[in-house]
Amino acid sequence: MTSTNASNQELPPAAAPPVPAMRIRVRALDFFYGTTRALSNINLDIPDQRITAFIGPSGCGKSTLLRVFNRMYELYPDQRAQGEVIVDGENILAPGSDVALLRAKIGMVFQKPTPFPMSVFDNVAFGIRLYERLPKAELTDRVENALRRAALWDEVKDKLARSGLSLSGGQQQRLCIARSIAVRPQVILFDEPTSALDPISTAKIEELMRELTADYTIAIVTHNMQQAARVSDRVAFMYLGELIECGDTEKIFTNPDRKQTEDYITGRFG
Amino acid sequence: MNVSGISAPESGGLVANASPAIARPNGRAMDFCFRHLAGGMAALVGLLLIATLAAIAWDSRLSIHTFGFGFLWSSEWNPVTGQFGALSFLVGTLVSSAIAMLLATPVSFGIAIFISELAPRRLKQPISSAVELLAAIPSIVYGLWGLLVFAPAFAQVEPWINDHLGTLPGIGPLFQGPPMGIGMLTAGIVLAIMVLPFITAIMRDVFIMTPAALKESAYGLGCTTWEVSRRIILPYTRSAVTGGIFLGLGRALGETMAITFVIGNSNTISASLLMPGASIPSVIANEFTEATTPLYLSSLIYLGLVLFGITLLVRLLAAWMLHSMKRGTPLRP
Repeated sequence: MTSTNASNQELPPAAAPPVPAMRIRVRALDFFYGTTRALSNINLDIPDQRITAFIGPSGCGKSTLLRVFNRMYELYPDQRAQGEVIVDGENILAPGSDVALLRAKIGMVFQKPTPFPMSVFDNVAFGIRLYERLPKAELTDRVENALRRAALWDEVKDKLARSGLSLSGGQQQRLCIARSIAVRPQVILFDEPTSALDPISTAKIEELMRELTADYTIAIVTHNMQQAARVSDRVAFMYLGELIECGDTEKIFTNPDRKQTEDYITGRFG
Repeated sequence: MNVSGISAPESGGLVANASPAIARPNGRAMDFCFRHLAGGMAALVGLLLIATLAAIAWDSRLSIHTFGFGFLWSSEWNPVTGQFGALSFLVGTLVSSAIAMLLATPVSFGIAIFISELAPRRLKQPISSAVELLAAIPSIVYGLWGLLVFAPAFAQVEPWINDHLGTLPGIGPLFQGPPMGIGMLTAGIVLAIMVLPFITAIMRDVFIMTPAALKESAYGLGCTTWEVSRRIILPYTRSAVTGGIFLGLGRALGETMAITFVIGNSNTISASLLMPGASIPSVIANEFTEATTPLYLSSLIYLGLVLFGITLLVRLLAAWMLHSMKRGTPLRP
């Protein structure tokens, strides 16, 4: 996994293949909170080195779907998923699939910045230390690399020893992105990453996401349709636990196939 | 829409005209009395604390005058010659409490993590309640249980402790002694069970307060439950957890009845944890009725003053640490 990624990072953005490989395949996925069905029969492919945005009104299941990809829902005893989610040819919902390895492969950035109660350096080194025992110099390199990649290095290079909590909201969110990148994942899931941030920080994060498509598969849940239009290559519109339509961003926003999609993006409901 | 728009101001006007002057003529005066009464009751707490401290200090003046601070580091306790020193009881109190904290803290941590992180929802409440019920058992019951049930059983284990732990280099002498069942270690174990619910309750509460997003971020990187507990939850709640441990310690230091039953009541300082000892509360409880001379009585009260000082300090420290958590600013690394 690490070697695939290392070679990925050397590719310039322009080298992205015209027809990208599918990184995540979802087949006949159902999801339940207790006995309540939150997702029904989702079928979807998420392409590599692209940004796929999930939009839809509150409660439509888009965050739920995102949390299936890294099996985050498993932390809560009464949530369960049925069906297939195939990552690298392996059904991650099958019994016996290694959840720690999956989460090393699929990083996640949350709605509110969640820096750990430790220094900026340790925040980024945290994930690396879980998987690898590196010599100090190499670890420092990896941390610097991740911070540069998250466009945060110049702002924090003089305060690596300070608490991660001392940074501003936008910086904290980029710190969380750096923390995810440091583990060298293949996929990064963004769950409304800018909803707690000001417009300038939001713009920085969006720009950063565009840059990250060179190396990563990105899935983002957003309430903000302009944001989906600005950053994504593909859009999936969800409504009441179903995937209504999924296609290229331009098509969804200009000429959607389904009436519901059109109503939603033109602001008639939701 | 239109109807409600008209009726709302009307009814509002009626209420505003009718109520304040007619219905509640004495509202203001009553409230004044109530507020000052409540304030007075709160002041009473402070007053009681100061009065207690003053009374104990006053009653121990004879002993303070005779022995001064030397009282703290003399282990001589001889009513016949009139020589009194607190050291052996001070050591007994601190050692039994230290054993209790060493045993209770990791167990509490385990229970609290289980309740907050691992237990299925239907188990959380029953386990919480069971732990809280431990706190409801009167300490005299712990004492009787310790003396009549635990100590005889523990006496069967002590030869094994002698043979195995007692032969270890360094810490061996701690575990050598006659298999009597009662002694410092027994007292520590019974104390541990008694303080367990207090530490567990605080740890559980602050662990639950740790933001879900923070834990999910760590799980999202591939952490196991142990790694999240050790590296995220514990650092985040560190000051409150320390406060909870100190709160338990404050209780352990002052525990009287249970300890009096199982510690052995011998005013000696021994290297072995299996030997009997005595703590400050246990010696006061045992000897208060036999204190025949004014100096003897005064020395027992002086012991109480020393304990009061230690406990007060520990409690204040606990309160301060818990407070820093409630403000939402965990101590930063």
